[in-house]
Amino acid sequence: MNKKIILFLLMTVFSAGAFAQDASLPPVEMATGLYQSGKIYVVVIVLAVIMAGILGYLVMLDRKVSNLEREIEK
Amino acid sequence: MKNYWWKILAAALVLYTIVAGFLLSVPAQPILHETIRNLYFHVPMWFGMMTILFISLWHSIKYLSKSDIQSDIVASQAAHTGMLLGFLGIVTGSVWAKYTWGAWWVSDTKLNGAAITLLIYLAYFILRGSLDEEQKRARISAVYNIFAYVMLIVFLMILPRLNDSLHPGNGGNPGFNKYDLDSTMRMVFYPAVAGWILLGVWMMTIKVRIEKLKRKILMNE
Repeated sequence: MNKKIILFLLMTVFSAGAFAQDASLPPVEMATGLYQSGKIYVVVIVLAVIMAGILGYLVMLDRKVSNLEREIEK
Repeated sequence: MKNYWWKILAAALVLYTIVAGFLLSVPAQPILHETIRNLYFHVPMWFGMMTILFISLWHSIKYLSKSDIQSDIVASQAAHTGMLLGFLGIVTGSVWAKYTWGAWWVSDTKLNGAAITLLIYLAYFILRGSLDEEQKRARISAVYNIFAYVMLIVFLMILPRLNDSLHPGNGGNPGFNKYDLDSTMRMVFYPAVAGWILLGVWMMTIKVRIEKLKRKILMNE
């Protein structure tokens, strides 16, 4: 009985290795260089400007429709 | 301010998503690499589509019970906006697939389901276009819309879970588990979903108001 428990514990310990990250694999490539040079901010600004433009356009459309609604209501 | 606070919220959330989505750290995953950030932009399209198509369904049911043509206008315009988001979702997904799975399109239950869903909704517009009489068009397309949403649930939610799929969140697993999202990503992902749903609703309301005005002008002529 004791042997079985010990065997079970040993197997548990060994199988834990299967869940750990394999250290021999090369690290996953991420855009660290892009962040180091700091220029990712340029991309963020460009996208933010585009999105702000689209949102501004939506606001304009919204106002135009509101004006039309008021005019037709009269 | 009373009526448009949610539009400001939508704009703020979407802009936050763009800034935080690029600058906050993400887990390093094999194959995905930095493309994991697509989660903040590709997935909210589908959440937005499903929410807006649900609004469409809701108004179709409302039309059938009250026969108010205004509900039919909301249902049709919501379906339009939902299709825009769905189309963006399928195109962004295709680009993402090309650079992670290696192909623009793979014959996968989730992908084919998404394509079939879009085709089912395209048929909704064809059906609407082919009926001239207003009441008849509203009633028949409302019934079809209910059928279309049921098919959407089947093709996007049920079938991919019953089969193996390359797409994350399928093959019997719930949508999100701890391998898909970590806590930093949740901080961007949930606001992104909320922001795009609100933005979609905003676009929908503008389309609805324009259609209602068109009808009013037609009635007065």
